[in-house]
Amino acid sequence: MSGVLVVMETKGAGWHRMSFEALAAGQTLAAGLGVECSAAVLGEGAAIAGLVTELATKKLAAAWAVGDTLLEQYTADGWVAALEQLIAEVKPKHVVFPHTYQVRDYAPALATRLGEVLIGDVTAIRVDAQSGSVFVRQWMQGKLNAEYRHGGAGGVCVASVQAGSFRADAVEEGECEVKAFAPKLEAGKIRTKPGEAFREAAQTVDLSSSAMIVSVGRGIGEQENLKLVEDLAAALGADVAASRPICDAGWLPMERQVGSSGQTVAPKLYVAVGISGAIQHLVGMKGAKTVIAINKDADAPIFEVADIGVVGDLFEVVPALTGAIQAARRDANQG
Amino acid sequence: MKIVVAVKQVPERDAVVRVAADGRGVDESDVAWTMNEPDAYALEEALQLKERAGDGEVVVLCAGPERVQSTLREALAKGADRAVHVVTPESGAGSLGERDSLDVARLLAEAVRGETADLVLTGLQSDDLGAGQTGVVMAELLGVPHATLVLQVELVSGGIKVKRELEDGWMQQVEMPLPALLTVQSGGNRLRYATLMGIKRARQKEMREVEAAAAGKRVDEIVRVSPPVRVKQTEMLTGSADEIAAKLVERLKFEVKVL
Repeated sequence: MSGVLVVMETKGAGWHRMSFEALAAGQTLAAGLGVECSAAVLGEGAAIAGLVTELATKKLAAAWAVGDTLLEQYTADGWVAALEQLIAEVKPKHVVFPHTYQVRDYAPALATRLGEVLIGDVTAIRVDAQSGSVFVRQWMQGKLNAEYRHGGAGGVCVASVQAGSFRADAVEEGECEVKAFAPKLEAGKIRTKPGEAFREAAQTVDLSSSAMIVSVGRGIGEQENLKLVEDLAAALGADVAASRPICDAGWLPMERQVGSSGQTVAPKLYVAVGISGAIQHLVGMKGAKTVIAINKDADAPIFEVADIGVVGDLFEVVPALTGAIQAARRDANQG
Repeated sequence: MKIVVAVKQVPERDAVVRVAADGRGVDESDVAWTMNEPDAYALEEALQLKERAGDGEVVVLCAGPERVQSTLREALAKGADRAVHVVTPESGAGSLGERDSLDVARLLAEAVRGETADLVLTGLQSDDLGAGQTGVVMAELLGVPHATLVLQVELVSGGIKVKRELEDGWMQQVEMPLPALLTVQSGGNRLRYATLMGIKRARQKEMREVEAAAAGKRVDEIVRVSPPVRVKQTEMLTGSADEIAAKLVERLKFEVKVL
């Protein structure tokens, strides 16, 4: 009971992009604690053979291939049963996951089966002599940071790390042994029948290549007020985007949503109007070069990532800004 | 069809949140409370399922102190048939803040067990602690299959078929037998408002209070809660709307160079 075990996630025939962020987190944690780090990948045996070989080129104690035909497609029941058995075999003190949608679907159940609680969506990990490993996660949509640690001396500490909190390119290279683990799974105990992934409609709005985006959130209040934002976008020559609640309400189509369940953007200019900046939104736009945030709440987390902030009434500031931009453009044309 | 909807009462989005005096929780003294939004979508899905089926019962469930009854009443006003309130102390031993996710899920699962529901729905996560675990942990404790991030539920022979959200705009159908537990993603439906008639009727509906079991030993421990340290240097602009607009235009011209 000492090491760190990282559970990698696959996507299609390759890796989920967050897997190596989790691996970097696991290696860092293991180094801090002075213990070994290993990693595991689950799937149908032949399908994961290449992936586990790649994993064996990292600085790890072991690369575990957890293979079974019942793991060909993800199910919570399959993953929980296989990982419960792997953890009993490897006996890690810490298990680290990437905080993906898939992990959110099964890791809390796995933790429950182990009599543990998942410390989920972790933004930072610290190791100190007094507390051991300490995990930071956000409360109140990012308005507070809460530091957690595992309570008991025994047991397993399970944690998942937030997208973008650790750098995939920080993973240390090395060499390790590939170990096969054959979990005992029963088809009858897998209760859900998953279908293939599909997309509702071809995405027609591609915001990923937009140079300028004006994005709107709950602060806009009413659908009728959207015109303020559309006018600002028109004056700038920017695309209009939104945070999830605006698309949930049907005020703008889902394909204009920026965030973890929408598009990831990296424009030269991102103007966030009435957006509080919940982490689900921030992960979609933190690649923007310059962020201007207009919000009435000075404590809104959007100001954490903004280059220029305006604490004020968007219903006054936005029309004034639209007017000033139009005037500046007119001057430029006459000049 | 009997559906239990587990809801949570959370601070309003615009609430000013301060760290509690002991540095390990949230100061709740000035907080205004509301129904957790993903849970409101779970309630909406339950009400629509019942309406489509033409019969059934929607039971709304919430754990917390006295104040959570306003959230339960709101659910009753929107159309839930009755409410179960698992009563916990306002603060100190046994209060929600002293319990970990596993312990809170245990309280809720215990209340669900008495109901023999076909379906248990809850929001995919709470807007306050954002752990996103309560539903999945309840499913494990109840020994029923589950799906998360659900947008639509359809009754099929032998159980249900749900549409769930995957990452990057992808979706997936999943089938499972009943009873089952689903965590609902926002946006699958439009939320309804309580009507005046609904609010009036809600007063007559049953609100059963159940004493919460004593808190178990926490598995995890909260060391410290603090406001985040700002990592980026944000230039804050002040003045009248026109002054701010002029300053912004200057930045857009000379720094961002888009005008």
